[in-house]
Amino acid sequence: MNTDATTIDAVAEGSEHQHALSNQAFGFWLYIMSDLVVFAAIFATYIVLGHSYAGGPTGKDLFHLPYVFGETLLLLFSSASYGLAMLALYKNRKKSVLTWLTVTFLLGLGFVSMELNEFHTMISEGNGPERSAFLSAFFTLVGTHGAHVICGLIWMAVMAAQVVSKGLTAPVQSRLLRLSIFWHFLDIVWVGVFTVVYLMGVM
Amino acid sequence: MFGKLSLSAVPYHDPIVMLAVGGAIVTGLLILVLITYFRKWTILWQDWLTSVDHKKIGIMYIIIAMVMMLRGLSEAFMMRAQQAIAAGGSHGFLPPDHFNQLFSAHGTAMIIFVAMPFMVGLMNIVIPPQIGARDVAFPFLNSLSLWLTAAGFMLMMVSLGVGEFSQAGWSGYAPLTELQYSPGVGVDYWIWALQIAGVGSLITSINFLVTILNMRAPGMTLMRMPVFVWTSLSSSVLILLSFPVLTAVLAMLTLDRYLGMHFFTNTLGGNSMMYVNLFWMWGHPEVYIVILPAFGIYSEITATFCRKRLFSYTSMVYATASIMILSFSVWVHHFFTMGAGPNVNIFFGITTMIIAVPTGVKIFNWLFTMYRGRVRFTSPMLWTLGFITAFTVGGMTGVLLATPVADFVLHNSLFLVAHFHNVLIPGALFGYIAGYIYWFPKAFGFPLNEMWGKRAFWFWMIGFYFAFLPLYALGFMGMPRRLAYYDNPAWQPFLIVATIGIILILTGVACQVVQLIVSIRQRHSTRDLTGDPWDGRTLEWATSSPPPVYNFAEIPVVHDLDAFTDMKENNRANKKTDQYHDIHMPKNTASGLINGVFAFLFGFAMVWHIWWLAIMSTLGLLVAVIFHSADDDTEYTIPAAEVERIEKSSLRQSASAA
Amino acid sequence: MKRSNKIVFIGLFVICAAFFISGCSQMVLFDPKGPVGSTERFVIIASFALMMIVVIPVFIMAIWFPWKYRSSNTKATYEPKWCHSTRIELIIWLVPAVIVTILGIMTWWTTHQLDPHNPLIADAKPFRIEAVSLDWKWLFIYPDQNIATVNQIVFPANAPLNFKVTSATVMTSFFIPQLGSQIYAMAGMQTQLHLLASEPGVYAGQNQQFSGNGYADMNFKAIAVSQEEFESWINKVRSSQEKLDMERYKKLEEPSIDDPATHFSTVTFNLFEHILKKYHKNMEMNHNSMIKKNEPKQMNLSILEKS
Repeated sequence: MNTDATTIDAVAEGSEHQHALSNQAFGFWLYIMSDLVVFAAIFATYIVLGHSYAGGPTGKDLFHLPYVFGETLLLLFSSASYGLAMLALYKNRKKSVLTWLTVTFLLGLGFVSMELNEFHTMISEGNGPERSAFLSAFFTLVGTHGAHVICGLIWMAVMAAQVVSKGLTAPVQSRLLRLSIFWHFLDIVWVGVFTVVYLMGVM
Repeated sequence: MFGKLSLSAVPYHDPIVMLAVGGAIVTGLLILVLITYFRKWTILWQDWLTSVDHKKIGIMYIIIAMVMMLRGLSEAFMMRAQQAIAAGGSHGFLPPDHFNQLFSAHGTAMIIFVAMPFMVGLMNIVIPPQIGARDVAFPFLNSLSLWLTAAGFMLMMVSLGVGEFSQAGWSGYAPLTELQYSPGVGVDYWIWALQIAGVGSLITSINFLVTILNMRAPGMTLMRMPVFVWTSLSSSVLILLSFPVLTAVLAMLTLDRYLGMHFFTNTLGGNSMMYVNLFWMWGHPEVYIVILPAFGIYSEITATFCRKRLFSYTSMVYATASIMILSFSVWVHHFFTMGAGPNVNIFFGITTMIIAVPTGVKIFNWLFTMYRGRVRFTSPMLWTLGFITAFTVGGMTGVLLATPVADFVLHNSLFLVAHFHNVLIPGALFGYIAGYIYWFPKAFGFPLNEMWGKRAFWFWMIGFYFAFLPLYALGFMGMPRRLAYYDNPAWQPFLIVATIGIILILTGVACQVVQLIVSIRQRHSTRDLTGDPWDGRTLEWATSSPPPVYNFAEIPVVHDLDAFTDMKENNRANKKTDQYHDIHMPKNTASGLINGVFAFLFGFAMVWHIWWLAIMSTLGLLVAVIFHSADDDTEYTIPAAEVERIEKSSLRQSASAA
Repeated sequence: MKRSNKIVFIGLFVICAAFFISGCSQMVLFDPKGPVGSTERFVIIASFALMMIVVIPVFIMAIWFPWKYRSSNTKATYEPKWCHSTRIELIIWLVPAVIVTILGIMTWWTTHQLDPHNPLIADAKPFRIEAVSLDWKWLFIYPDQNIATVNQIVFPANAPLNFKVTSATVMTSFFIPQLGSQIYAMAGMQTQLHLLASEPGVYAGQNQQFSGNGYADMNFKAIAVSQEEFESWINKVRSSQEKLDMERYKKLEEPSIDDPATHFSTVTFNLFEHILKKYHKNMEMNHNSMIKKNEPKQMNLSILEKS
């Protein structure tokens, strides 16, 4: 028992800082889990209300798959480019990190713009979220994802500024890692949205 | 400029409301004047409002809970008084719209702003020292959670005097809460108070999950964690997985009300059953969220005041875990009468009954902890004993309601009201009160007065039976809940008895107020010098009372479930060290408070449709978060010499006591 | 001081007990007037009895253990490290589990038996009533007699009652305590309830789900009468001046509190279906919808069943 305690003691003396960083990563994963539950609730609602067209247009009438596929590609590529930013981070190349962050930001911005354009077209044609329960659920599900992407973009801009002003310090690295979790998470959610809303909607 | 807000939003015509508002304003002003008079503003700002110390955050949470409890109890009293009078043609002294606000506010207040903050407050005070940690994993997020809860609390308080609160019940069933049927601002107050406080709770759960799983003292394996830590962990898991559903369902209701969407409306394809399902997918786990930590408190108290190991710790842990998992599979029992097929009802009925098994096991474990122990009848122990008997009755009526066929006649009756008060008051509130008395000396360095504590207990306990047993009978007499008045004269005597019950409870509360005042006045003579006033068994008693800001100069090593008892028995309790180390602690920050203020302004602006303020406060939140996140200099160092000075003085203190 | 407190408390308990006993005659759930309510009473009493197997020992132990092992009783055994006994653990896990199993079997059986969709089997012809929840009153339509009433139903005793329930406003719950089971009324949805009154009488009926400001007055009388009395009542209603056409219904739909019992001699054709479909008229126009035309949304929790 005594030896057991002394080894633990030695471990406890280990870097407090490392501990704080691993806490942050773990905490962030937990946050991702809870956000996943938010999406699950909205997905469930969409599935229940997805056919309550109330005489309004259906998914078939509204969705243009090639356009949405373009959006999807932008987001997938942005995930890949964020991956490259992380690779540059591990090699400690500040400039390269900034470049890939900018590329990711622009791709994400492109995605958001395309989505907003889609929303704008639908609303201006009188098919806004107040038209039917189906459209309410559609705008909310896709819009919640979009709002997350916008938050991600703001975060990315802040991180780019921090990389410039602070350099690749340990806290900045840890934040970039968490942003990468967030960004890939949004990608995965989008794959769900694309399948459940768009593909199944036009089928 | 001010959206829907105008001076006519203040209910001048309602003397009862104005009296409450006046009372709140006068009390508030009095507190401000006293703070100014005693020149305490700096202390208040530096030591409390901007503090990230878990012990102080915990105390502030409990203050919120207690203030809201006074409001919730006065609402309860007014409802009881109304129903005691309003029989057979009399409509009592409250018009229905006021009565409806009372029960809506009472439920919201008691669940969201009493039970939750009381529980989180105790978790804050106890968990870090109990697992041998210096703080929680994210001290700033802890302060943020507190201030978000406070923002929700303030919104509810403001609704008292500006506008109105929801009239649609604490569960806010759509479509009654839709704009078509509730056009006023009341439902919006309810939505935003819940939403903002809910985000606070979610952050708290992440914080405690990481704290408990990552920051335990060396040697404290999962199966050596005190039961309170286990139950808090389970409760945090439940918050993490269920509160997002509340966030989503409230957001959908918000979109219906603000942007004309059709999630839960009667028209254009909306589906109100979806609301009911989603609400209870959060609502049922919520019951266990508030009850499980109280179960933990009872376990700690029973072991301590029986001077004996907890009976069957392992089955206690498994019982907790199975309650946690099962609580996600019972939500339909809140609406057996919706007309679903019998198989759906049977499934959810039986899962609900199964929960009674682990809960029953827990009761027996506490009883067998007393068996061959040395039971000390201190007031925390009295609350525990009161809980065991009262909760058994509540559990029994719960199993009865879980039978769909019985629920067909008892649903939405006063039997139901009696049942859930019968589980939540003994199951949660009694536990928090017991925990408050038990850990008070740890938090403040002096104990609460036992004589007044026992008086409070007896008034509460007897008042509780008087208040709720008649409601069971009224349920069998066919009386629905939430009636502002009624015709059946046979119900009245029972409601009068219930009113006597609430008066007894209020007397108990008065005793608790006196208890607090008396204890504070006697604090110099009753000071707890040893840090271990009850002969405790867990690590929080191994440090001084109140603990230094860093809790432990040296992180203790755990060898046994009852870690501190083990230390005392092996003479390791007051181990002196010659070598002290520098300690890093988080710096105070005003960020949490600032974010809380913005969140309140945002909620208020949304309630009244003051769009510019909503945008400004959102930007404010964003900027505050970005600025805080850019700050890497969040820690300060307590030098070893300072630690040595603090530790030596507390050692001297406990030596003088011995 | 202490003794006087005790006397006061005991006195209060006695008063309380007296109330309960005097209230027994008023406990309508224990005085059911139909087969549904009788079964429900049986379930309540049987469950209580079963649970006593656990509850009584708990109460005994909760008083006996702390008393026997009070710290001043130094003669009692003290084993501070004793914390495990396989035998006790088996008992405390198994006994509640067995009770829950028995309750579960009873639940299975009775829930199928009293499924509100199930028609009751009786000698008399089933009697149809359509109930509509309005703000804040109940409208009852007799489709076979082509009459309607507000806040009152009269029906022959011993005839199986076949209720169709919906709401033209918020969610409410249709409940006649002495006859048994309640059921929710929801807009655009139709729920069903089958009841039977085994003897003539006037039974209180009510809305059991809070629905807004007029909720407390949303009561009705359910009157079971003999067949002859029923015939004469029908004739009385048919002679009423009031007719329930669409215009009158629109007026009736307006929120109102404490409406008196009203009789309508005729009802506009298919009023109940019209109210049901009011919230679905847009749906019918939809060509791509998977929901079948003209079919009201049935109560369907199939999603739950799948999960």
